[in-house]
Amino acid sequence: MIAGIPAHQRPDDQRIVITGIGLTAPNGNSLAEYRAALLAGRSGVSPYEIRYVGPTVAGICNFDEFRYQKKKDVRRGTRAGSVGIYCANEAVRDAGLDWPNIDKDRVGIYVGITEHGNVETENEVYELKGFDYDVKFWSHHHNPRTVANNPAGEISLNMGIVGPHYTIGAACAAGNAGFIQGAQMLRLGEVDYAIAGGVSESVRTFGIFAGFKSQGALASHADPTKASRPFDTARNGIVVAEGGCLTVLQRLSDAKARGAKIYGEIVGYAMNSDATDFVLPNPTRQAECVRKALKYAAIEASDVDIVSTHATGTTSGDEHECQALREVFGNCTETRINNTKSFIGHAMGAAGALELAGNLPSFDDGICHATINVDELDPKCELPGLVINQPQEGRRVKTILNNSFGMLGINSVLIVQRFG
Amino acid sequence: MTTAEIREEIIDILENIAPDEDLGGLKDDVSFREQLSLDSMDFLDIVMELRKRWRVQVPEEDYQNLRSMTSTVTYLEPKMRDLKRA
Repeated sequence: MIAGIPAHQRPDDQRIVITGIGLTAPNGNSLAEYRAALLAGRSGVSPYEIRYVGPTVAGICNFDEFRYQKKKDVRRGTRAGSVGIYCANEAVRDAGLDWPNIDKDRVGIYVGITEHGNVETENEVYELKGFDYDVKFWSHHHNPRTVANNPAGEISLNMGIVGPHYTIGAACAAGNAGFIQGAQMLRLGEVDYAIAGGVSESVRTFGIFAGFKSQGALASHADPTKASRPFDTARNGIVVAEGGCLTVLQRLSDAKARGAKIYGEIVGYAMNSDATDFVLPNPTRQAECVRKALKYAAIEASDVDIVSTHATGTTSGDEHECQALREVFGNCTETRINNTKSFIGHAMGAAGALELAGNLPSFDDGICHATINVDELDPKCELPGLVINQPQEGRRVKTILNNSFGMLGINSVLIVQRFG
Repeated sequence: MTTAEIREEIIDILENIAPDEDLGGLKDDVSFREQLSLDSMDFLDIVMELRKRWRVQVPEEDYQNLRSMTSTVTYLEPKMRDLKRA
């Protein structure tokens, strides 16, 4: 057990570090592009239209699908698969791994997802309508596209990875859950490399837009770039986004042995459950989750330099998270707090992973990116250290705490520290 | 539909199923598998496209007839002869 032991006192083969990052976000297709957009205040949200729902807004990615896939593979697979394949290949390339000579049996794939299969099922039913619902026109591609392991499985097929692969269904806590699963498997010695994080194709299912709309939780704004506005008085819901972020995780001992670049070390994490409501969050459990992660990392709340919030732009969700954060960080005058969804919308299963990744460069540049679109801060969301509209620089960043929460009351918190 | 038109239909279907392949030099008497990277799911795609486009049914016991372009066209001729292209 290493929980509760300060990171530097743990054995190197129990310390997990990030050595490669591959991502696609609505405002960038690499960490460098994405970080530049976050520092420049550039939104990735745009006008969007989807079957039955009509005109709305969304965060859409424009990565090159054919960089790592043939046309046939894109046609046969899913959007989540393509997002995953792009991110995984980029992460491996970024990590500088000698990929052809790596034992692919020692690589594991752990991909967080919010949902999977809705896109294909909706498309098939829509098409079947044209055949008067005669199921002999139902596609033989339906099952391999909709099995829950599909995005991870497509990565395995594309990269020839023969170690374990699966997805982790954890609603919008899934990105963090992917990291946690990867770290655990490395600690157990099950694999030597973990490709871990989260992906989302949710912008292609009308159901998620219609569902949020029926719930009164779908954002709208005359200017799409202003639609995602957590903490602002005029916030009116969620902007659905697609995206992905997968990292290469390794044991510190292995990373040191190959002289790897280290983005940061996963020093603590926690997951817990509200057990109170299908959709409404529970700030008490969220605060508990944050405290559990701090305890795991053997640090105090005041040691956290940046809190990357989960806030999605819903009235009650933002309020509840701020309440939880106030409980834990209320007296931490040095802790800064930001939000990435204000730039890219809610990337669902990818959200936690993308939101962490966008903050990691602060270990090097000392800048905390802002939360944008706060024209009038909701008093119920006031927090000391909230970085509003303009990035803040000039402080050394050692510790980032990343919140990711989801429906059915699933909470996840990940703590990453600068290494060295 | 003439024999040539049936062949064109098959080429059109193959272009969708195997978009990375150059079908210009396809040899009609040589099996598809020897010339193209096609697997069982692709052959099911051919069957499904024929069903969707032309309501032509290819029962499983007849799949062997889809081996090459020549055998496919020969097999489909009686089924598609009376169909008219739009």
